[in-house]
Amino acid sequence: MADTAAVSHGQGTVTGLSNNKLLMWVFLGSECLLFGGLISTYLIYRSRFGDGPGPGDVFDIPFTSVSSFVLLMSSLTMVLALSALQRGDIRNNRVWLLTTALLGSLFIGGQVYEFTTFVREGLTYSTSPFSSAFFTLTGFHGVHVSLGILMLMSLLISSLRGTLTKERSETVEIVGLYWHFVDVVWIFIFTVIYLVPSPTS
Amino acid sequence: MSTETEAPVEAPEPSGDEIHDAHDHPTDRKYVQVAIVLALVTALEVATYFVEMPGEVLIPALMVMMVFKFFYVAAWFMHLRFDSPLFTKFFVTGLVLATAVYGVALTVFEFWTKG
Repeated sequence: MADTAAVSHGQGTVTGLSNNKLLMWVFLGSECLLFGGLISTYLIYRSRFGDGPGPGDVFDIPFTSVSSFVLLMSSLTMVLALSALQRGDIRNNRVWLLTTALLGSLFIGGQVYEFTTFVREGLTYSTSPFSSAFFTLTGFHGVHVSLGILMLMSLLISSLRGTLTKERSETVEIVGLYWHFVDVVWIFIFTVIYLVPSPTS
Repeated sequence: MSTETEAPVEAPEPSGDEIHDAHDHPTDRKYVQVAIVLALVTALEVATYFVEMPGEVLIPALMVMMVFKFFYVAAWFMHLRFDSPLFTKFFVTGLVLATAVYGVALTVFEFWTKG
C-alpha cells in the first residue's frame, strides 16, 4: 500500500513525477484538440442557419452569464476541497466536494433549460448547420461536466467510506485538474460563441 | 571557518506567505482572491454586451480577457505555476497543436475574410 502511494506521488517513477497526474495532463492536452475541432466547426457554420433562427436571435446572454459565473465559482470550491484534504480536514473536503457537484449540477440544469428554450423557439439539432454545430459543441461540454459530477460524487462516497484520506489527496487533485479544464473550455466557449457578436436572421 | 554555513540551501520557489505546505500550493485566501479577480474580469466581459462598441475594439478586448482568464485558472487553480514544467509542456503542446491545426482549417474555410 505504501509503495503504491509513493509511486502515485512520483517517488520511484522514471520522471520523478506522478504517472497518474502526467497521464491526466496528456489527456487534457488531447482534449484541446477535441474542443478545438468542435469550436472551429461552430465558427465555420455559425452563419449558415438558412430560414431558421440565427445565434443572435436565440442566445440569452444574461442567463448564460450567470451559468458561466456558477461554473467559474465551482473551480474555486474544487480547489478548496483539495486544499482541505491536503490539510487533513476531511469534513471541509466533503463540504467543498458536495458544493462543487451542486454548482456543476446547477450549470447542467441551466444548459438543459437553455436547450429546451431553443427547441421551443424552433432551433433543433437538425434545423441548420449552425444548430447542429452549436448543440454538438455545448452538448459535448455538458457531457464533460456531467462526467465531472459523477467523479465528484464517487470521491464523496469514497470519503464517506473513509478511504479518501490526506495520503490519497492526489486523487482529488487529478479530478480537480479535469474539473478546471472543463471550466477553462467554458471560458473559451462563453467568449467566442456567446459574447462575440453573432449573426441574426 | 565553519562548514555549517557552506551547506547548500535550496530556496523554495515561489516563496512568501501565499504558500503554505510541502506541495507549495497557495492558501485558501489566495484562492479566494484569484476567484474574485476572475469574477471581476467576467463581469467586464459581460458588460461589453450592454455597451455599444465597434467590433475592432470589442473582439480584441474580449480575446485578451478570455486568454487572461484561461491562463489565470491554469496557473493558480490547476497549479501549473507551482508544478513541474513538464505538465505545462504537455498541456501547451496540445494547445499549440490545436491552435495551429484549427487556425489552418479556419483559413481554408475563409473564416477570417467571410466570417
